[in-house]
Amino acid sequence: MEFLQQPWSWYVAGTLIGLTVPALLLLGNKQFGISSTLRHICTAVLPSNKPYFNYDWKKEIWSLFFAGGVILGGVIATTALADPNPIQIAPQTQADLTALGVQNFDNLMPSDIFNFESLFTLKGFIFIVLGGFLVGFGTRYAGGCTSGHSITGLSNFQLPSLIATICFMAGGFLVTWLVLPFLLNL
Amino acid sequence: MKDSTTISKQKLLIETEGINAAKKTESLVGNLKYAIIGAFFGIVFVKAEIISWFRIQEMFRFQAFHMYGVIGTAVVVAAISVFLIKRFNIKTIDGETVQFAEKPMHKGVIIGGLMFGCGWALTGACPGPLYAQIGAGFPVVFVTLLSAIAGAWVYGYFQDKLPH
Repeated sequence: MEFLQQPWSWYVAGTLIGLTVPALLLLGNKQFGISSTLRHICTAVLPSNKPYFNYDWKKEIWSLFFAGGVILGGVIATTALADPNPIQIAPQTQADLTALGVQNFDNLMPSDIFNFESLFTLKGFIFIVLGGFLVGFGTRYAGGCTSGHSITGLSNFQLPSLIATICFMAGGFLVTWLVLPFLLNL
Repeated sequence: MKDSTTISKQKLLIETEGINAAKKTESLVGNLKYAIIGAFFGIVFVKAEIISWFRIQEMFRFQAFHMYGVIGTAVVVAAISVFLIKRFNIKTIDGETVQFAEKPMHKGVIIGGLMFGCGWALTGACPGPLYAQIGAGFPVVFVTLLSAIAGAWVYGYFQDKLPH
């Protein structure tokens, strides 16, 4: 049990995530991709006459079951399989983020930014609300996210997925190196 | 001529996302198997700390190999699986031929890709980890998810006005 509770190595995690692709293909002819759930939720909850929302979302309900399962997995991993020790990140990352004003390194997320009180500050609004909006808008505009493009698309040698992955990384570098030093000091 | 290419491109953008290629319609109970796979997947996300904002920062700062190892291994394992399915024409459990969707190339792959990258560094999450973070006891991420859904809706609403 202890080996399940400690953090899992990259090769175990990578192998299991990679196997999700053939599992979904062979169980039900489904392409692995998560950001499309955002679209299905829109179509189901906020119907519109726009062509993007004009399809049978009930046929895609499997992906909402999958997303519900991911939430449940998060619960199981932090209860039955919870790691009693705080997360250990690279010392250099911790030093760099400390210099930028991040104080709490106990959890998987920096709790000084991601909490309900900070939601009503400019800093919290940018990290939580603007960040979420960019994730939703950007993945739908690009036609996929890390799962749909970087894993499913790359494994099927799709050139657009390689371009998308390079752009994901470029956007992340841009914000991490140029924007976070300013944002974290707001 | 230009009109017809515009229309077919629009059609492509909408229809290639038909990610469910199964001919058989599944019952609600049949869909539970996807919830089980999702749960395994969520456990991996949390236990390998992929949902951690700090691990994403390590990645974007080139200060740890962890995330590169996870994504790289996943791509290699998935690619070998896809190759084997194609090479030996492995059928689904219902006997159907496995369908692979082409990913269309358009300007949104670049612009949207950059936007998502920015959001990834801010939230420390791609869409999958968003769900896992909520389950892992960070309820404020539910607001991030709602905002992501709003982002998807705004994209869908203005899709015909955006460059593709």
